[in-house]
Amino acid sequence: MYFLKRILGMVPLLLIISFLAFSLIRMAPGGPFDRERKPASPEIERNLAAKYHLDKPVWKQYLIYLGDLAKGDLGPSLKYRNHSVNDIIKQGLPVSLMLGGFAFCFAMGVGIPLGFYTAIRRGQWGDYIGSFFALLAFCIPAFVVGPLLIMFFSMKWKIFPVALWETPLHFILPTVALGLYFSGRIARLMREGMSNTLHSEFITTARAKGLSEAAILWKHAFRIAVLPVVSYSGPLLADLLTGSFVVENIFRIPGIGVFMVNSTLNRDYTMVVGLVLLYAVLLLALNLLVDFSYSLLDRRVRYE
Amino acid sequence: MSDRVATPAESTLPNPPARKTAEHLSPNQRAWMRFKKNKPAVIGGWIVIAVVFLAIVWPLFSNPKLASHLPEAMTYGQGTVTDAQFQPPSSAHWFGTDIHGRDLLSRLFHGARISLLVGAVGATVSLIIGVLWGAIAGYVGGRTDSLMMRFVDILYSLPSIIFVIVLFTVFETKLKTRLNGFQSFLEETFKFTFETPLSSQAPMFFLFIGLGAVSWLTMARIVRGQVLSLRGRNFVEASRALGASHARVLFKHILPNVYGIIIVYLTLTVPAIILYESFLSYLGLGIQPPQASWGSLIAEGAQQINPIRIYWWLLVFPGGMLVTTLLALNFVGDGLRDAFDPRGTR
Repeated sequence: MYFLKRILGMVPLLLIISFLAFSLIRMAPGGPFDRERKPASPEIERNLAAKYHLDKPVWKQYLIYLGDLAKGDLGPSLKYRNHSVNDIIKQGLPVSLMLGGFAFCFAMGVGIPLGFYTAIRRGQWGDYIGSFFALLAFCIPAFVVGPLLIMFFSMKWKIFPVALWETPLHFILPTVALGLYFSGRIARLMREGMSNTLHSEFITTARAKGLSEAAILWKHAFRIAVLPVVSYSGPLLADLLTGSFVVENIFRIPGIGVFMVNSTLNRDYTMVVGLVLLYAVLLLALNLLVDFSYSLLDRRVRYE
Repeated sequence: MSDRVATPAESTLPNPPARKTAEHLSPNQRAWMRFKKNKPAVIGGWIVIAVVFLAIVWPLFSNPKLASHLPEAMTYGQGTVTDAQFQPPSSAHWFGTDIHGRDLLSRLFHGARISLLVGAVGATVSLIIGVLWGAIAGYVGGRTDSLMMRFVDILYSLPSIIFVIVLFTVFETKLKTRLNGFQSFLEETFKFTFETPLSSQAPMFFLFIGLGAVSWLTMARIVRGQVLSLRGRNFVEASRALGASHARVLFKHILPNVYGIIIVYLTLTVPAIILYESFLSYLGLGIQPPQASWGSLIAEGAQQINPIRIYWWLLVFPGGMLVTTLLALNFVGDGLRDAFDPRGTR
């Protein structure tokens, strides 16, 4: 019941978000047809504007857009005019999903063990070194890692291909470049969650009962300590799945992230709104999923 | 906190030395003492101070007569295809030279000025917006609160890059005309001319405001939560009963209790904004050449990647400097957070 209410509550939020994006992008000076062959005659421009309803007031345009949206149609791309926004998303999203999924696994696979280890070694050398690397990963942006990886692993040592997205060998460098920052972030969240949990009373109780240290750490503490990571993983996944512009740009990966920036720069109105909606739907859905998994992990959490 | 050991002998002394002990210190002073014990944070602080100092001082000495580290271009014979302008690090050019034969070390310190300035000013802008928004929402409460926080939620689910690009293009032209007007006003009143037109600084002014304008959301959420929990306390009611106005209660009584956490998030916002600026400059949206920031220098290095010659210094040094500064700032931020939040769990 609670979750049904949440899903219904998403609809007005999505409407507001789409309207904001819709009017925001139209506020930027210039239009989608500025870079066409010039000088286009005024009639051509008028016809183009009429075809895409750009000559009507914004609220009317938005209503037309909503009508199409109800049929599941995100409209035609104004820049790539032989393709609809649906087509472009259909083409790019699987690639971005794959890259994002790999990067997510990498970030979790590195971050959780690292955070766990530094938390149980708190105040020892293992903690200092591990935490330093976690913070280091957190401070290296993808646009530094990516070119460095290419320079050394592809150009100098020729181990991995430079770019593109074809064989598994192509997947490795982009995955690392995209996931590294998030692995540091997750390690820090995990460490904090774990050290907070290890100080809570039910752990003392478990110790008093004489449980083995391994049972305490894995069966009792881990479930609760991982909660901050779980709640962060919602927005993280939404970010990763809609693609990272930088990584897709550096490695020339035909994903959806490239469109996010380029279509804003090109004033490809429909494309921008479509992508914003995609991102918002993913974000809201994943947050919902996170809240749901909360109640599974922590029995103290109950939703009415 | 129990590091005060009162011996009986001490208490019987006629004039106890006026030594400040933990009990005499305000919470902020105690936090500062804890911070000073945190070695990584103190080292980070010194690194930040060193980078800021060098960024201010170094460009002052980049004078042809004074130093061999020139940020200006060298010229080579026309029509020759050469990569002689790319010099690897040497004693003359410690960090090597870039595509125009400019000394990379000097370019880095010039860039540091912009990166650090954008980080500091952007963080201040986000501080002002975030604190005001969060404090008002939390203090007024009720429907206003939920409306204001819903707005924050909505902005959270808009990809900020779209927001930044739209803001940038909307305000760029307006800002340029304003700056031109301001420049001619200054020139007429003070009878002097600018070497470079002020409007060429427009992207930088935009970065100040634009990055602050998209980075205040977390601050607003945190401040709102704190104010909400303080609002119902007795001292607030007491000062209201004594006739203090709402503004006075909010700014004189509630916000001082939130300073600690505000400072912590401020130090964590600075690296985030520096990172965002580098990202925008990397995309070519931020700082325009010949000006440089760390992000644009990294982008220049990334453009020179080719399979024949590897100019590693063009990437390693700008990247290294950015990462070092971000690390240092984060260490300071973490240290401050631990100092202000002594639950003893970390």
